[in-house]
Amino acid sequence: MTQLDSKVPDGPLEQKWTKHKNSIRVVNPANKRRIDVIVVGTGLAGASAAASLAELGYNVKTFCFQDSPRRAHSIAAQGGINAAKNYQNDNDSTYRLFYDTIKGGDYRAREGNVYRLAEVSANIIDQCVAQGVPFARDYGGLLDNRSFGGVLVSRTFYARGQTGQQLLLGAYSALMRQVGTGKVQQFSRHEMLDVVIVDGKARGIIARDLITGRIERHGAHAVLLCTGGYGNVFFLSTNAMGSNVTAAWKAHKRGAFMANPCYTQIHPTCIPVSGDHQSKLTLMSESLRNDGRIWVPKKKEDAEAVRAGTKKGVDIPEEDRDYYLERRYPSFGNLVPRDVASRAAKERCDAGFGVNKTGEAVYLDFSSAIERYGRTEASVRKIEDPSTEEIIRLGRDVVSAKYGNLFDMYANIAGENPYERPMKIYPAVHYTMGGLWVDYNLQTTVPGLYALGEANFSDHGANRLGASALMQGLADGYFVIPYTIGDHLAADIRTGPIDTERQEFSDAERAVRERIDKLIEVQGSTPVDVFHKRLGKVMWDKCGMARNAEGLQQAIQEIRQIREEFWKDVRVTGTANAFNQELEKAGRVADFLELGELMCKDALERQESCGGHFREEYQTEDGEALRNDTDFTYAAAWEWTGDPGGSNLHKEDLDYQFVKPTQRSYK
Amino acid sequence: MKLTLKIWRQSGPNDKGRMETYPIDGIEEDMSFLEMIDVLNLQLVREGKDPIAFDHDCREGICGMCSMFINGEAHGPGRGITTCQLHMRRFKDGDTIFIEPWRSGSFPVIKDLVVDRGAFDRIQAAGGFVSVNTNGNLVDGNALPIAKDHADTAFDAATCIGCGACVATCPNGSAMLFVAAKVSQLSLLPQGRPEAKQRALAMVEQMDKEGFGNCSNTGACEVECPKEISLEHIARMNREYMAAAMTKE
Repeated sequence: MTQLDSKVPDGPLEQKWTKHKNSIRVVNPANKRRIDVIVVGTGLAGASAAASLAELGYNVKTFCFQDSPRRAHSIAAQGGINAAKNYQNDNDSTYRLFYDTIKGGDYRAREGNVYRLAEVSANIIDQCVAQGVPFARDYGGLLDNRSFGGVLVSRTFYARGQTGQQLLLGAYSALMRQVGTGKVQQFSRHEMLDVVIVDGKARGIIARDLITGRIERHGAHAVLLCTGGYGNVFFLSTNAMGSNVTAAWKAHKRGAFMANPCYTQIHPTCIPVSGDHQSKLTLMSESLRNDGRIWVPKKKEDAEAVRAGTKKGVDIPEEDRDYYLERRYPSFGNLVPRDVASRAAKERCDAGFGVNKTGEAVYLDFSSAIERYGRTEASVRKIEDPSTEEIIRLGRDVVSAKYGNLFDMYANIAGENPYERPMKIYPAVHYTMGGLWVDYNLQTTVPGLYALGEANFSDHGANRLGASALMQGLADGYFVIPYTIGDHLAADIRTGPIDTERQEFSDAERAVRERIDKLIEVQGSTPVDVFHKRLGKVMWDKCGMARNAEGLQQAIQEIRQIREEFWKDVRVTGTANAFNQELEKAGRVADFLELGELMCKDALERQESCGGHFREEYQTEDGEALRNDTDFTYAAAWEWTGDPGGSNLHKEDLDYQFVKPTQRSYK
Repeated sequence: MKLTLKIWRQSGPNDKGRMETYPIDGIEEDMSFLEMIDVLNLQLVREGKDPIAFDHDCREGICGMCSMFINGEAHGPGRGITTCQLHMRRFKDGDTIFIEPWRSGSFPVIKDLVVDRGAFDRIQAAGGFVSVNTNGNLVDGNALPIAKDHADTAFDAATCIGCGACVATCPNGSAMLFVAAKVSQLSLLPQGRPEAKQRALAMVEQMDKEGFGNCSNTGACEVECPKEISLEHIARMNREYMAAAMTKE
């Protein structure tokens, strides 16, 4: 068994990162010019890493499958980014952000990494402000904050409902500045299809030019995978259509361990599925839970009437509404963490209280917020005895200023006015906490191969808190990798350019070509999407919000069956040497069909409930997740052995020295 | 719903291209426009035919990848939405829908409805940034208060998703709205002021080099912009550019 060395330095929490930075190697500026780095993916982690490394002097090549680096899916993040600035004077601190993240992650993350994340969080805001990111400001011209789930302070910075977009465009502008100087070569519409290992180190990649179909070799002294998460294994998720696991999965097959693949985040507030044609799901930002109240009818007959279309939510009187989050979790109320909120919605819908045609939706209601804001506004404007209509009108304006774009988005998709009727929402796959195993340097089990952002497993444990994904992506890219990569690259100052004519490159290229040919040669009768949907349904039903041993075992059999049929009957139209979107999808779905099995295997192996992983066999009397710290306080890192069912498990024990794991309570 | 789709097919940059007709049935009101194309493509693949190539990714109106010219309008009917946010409830049974790619000499067609918008990246690389390195010891984000109205206007400009609808819509194929959005955002913020002149000159120069046309104030771009970016940003860019050009060394 490989020894998993996290390389977290010992000593007090608050000194670990400083101590580590002081002890690792640094490459001198002249030598940085002789070193090449490949960055795959140009989202928050990739763009920030590439820009920062180029600024330091490294020669960087970046790759993305979209037509521009600015389109990476980080752009869709809505709500905000956390930082322990304590601007609100509400007793926030680095420690509190660290503690909230560890607790939110249900005590399945590494303490050292999480503390570092909290430590650099404040720098991220300063960096983004310096780049011209237009964060929300108050009338005094200072940065504004809002609250997110699972915390008791207000530390989330935001740019209306488009924080991800603004942060990504900031990182993209830094990246394009380096493209302009020639320090970064950017390859758009390119997909990485393998990582090349030479003498045990990652030394380059094989990529396909998606326009011409040409297979290319690119050498480098280190490879960074910033390729996001794998939520699209469920077919329906809030991820972009192109988000995929391929780069990470190829790395996994070349020796990088995959950690905690079963940890999936199901986001509680998404627009519900409307029919079989659905291609993706749309998130409604968690920030809405600051002001929206979640409820279902108290009486079953009301729920039935709503489903039948004979009653509307607004017709149900206050006393017949069940604000179940406020009822079950009085201290956090509507702002409980995502996993808790999602399960509570499922519990109510399973019990028969769902409120749309499918029975899988709950209300997110702004009427009390509209009234509250309306009253405040009336008083600010010195309006005496305002009428109800006036209060509602004023309140709607305030709500519109805060969440206008989200409300518009909802109205557009659902075809209903959320200012007048409560929104209908339901949980959907949103984020994957699992990912490539990395040490404190963000290095995978393959030397020279790094994973950043959502692609790695490191900081969120079994559940990520809202507004922490943006924080982690940028922390990794701006403030961690520029330091830690030096420790590896210091050995490469005399290596010289990597020769892509080497046997290892030829072999990898041949394998890539063979796989592409194989996909095209099947010439079956069933389109790729059909297999993807089938896989997604199995994953959602049996490895989704709730899992059990029997279901997971069945899922494994079913996935194998789908995989077998895929390779016998998939229809990929077109050729390999041309722009071919069906071929792109086929390659990605083939990888999802292997990953899905590993996720089920991991979920089966983890005989406890924690965070986003809820095993029905392990719950408390009142239905809360029941952890088993004695047996499962570890990160499960899987080693590829040749087939997805036969992966080997390696355990990294999580040693809690600073926080004592307790039963998470949001009551 | 039963519809007739007239779709631009072009196998590659050197193909002349043509409109082809596809009848389609079973379209539901709740479907998005792109889900309707998914249905068509599924049908084409089953028949062993080449599916329609089109760009799309986030399908929630923010990545800027989708780019269809529908019935003569960039992103189709409706204001303030992208193609992926367009729903079939805006059409009715029996409609004929024309679907074309963005048409601009600076956006060459790659295949069918997919065009190359690399020019936008090159304009951005010419000056669409604040020259600040990643810095471990920056001043505190609140050390520089920014008036809320400035921050808000800068934000309005910054919401540009770089989709290219402005170019596709403009009779001159101008990219002024796209370029102005970035120039304006950064010139409104104190962080962007030090290199405001240089930025305006460099971005406009690159825009011209890419072959985009000039602005003649038709205002079509503002109407079709899915983020409803205002023409006032073009005015601000012109001011910046004029000031920079006059005081250039």
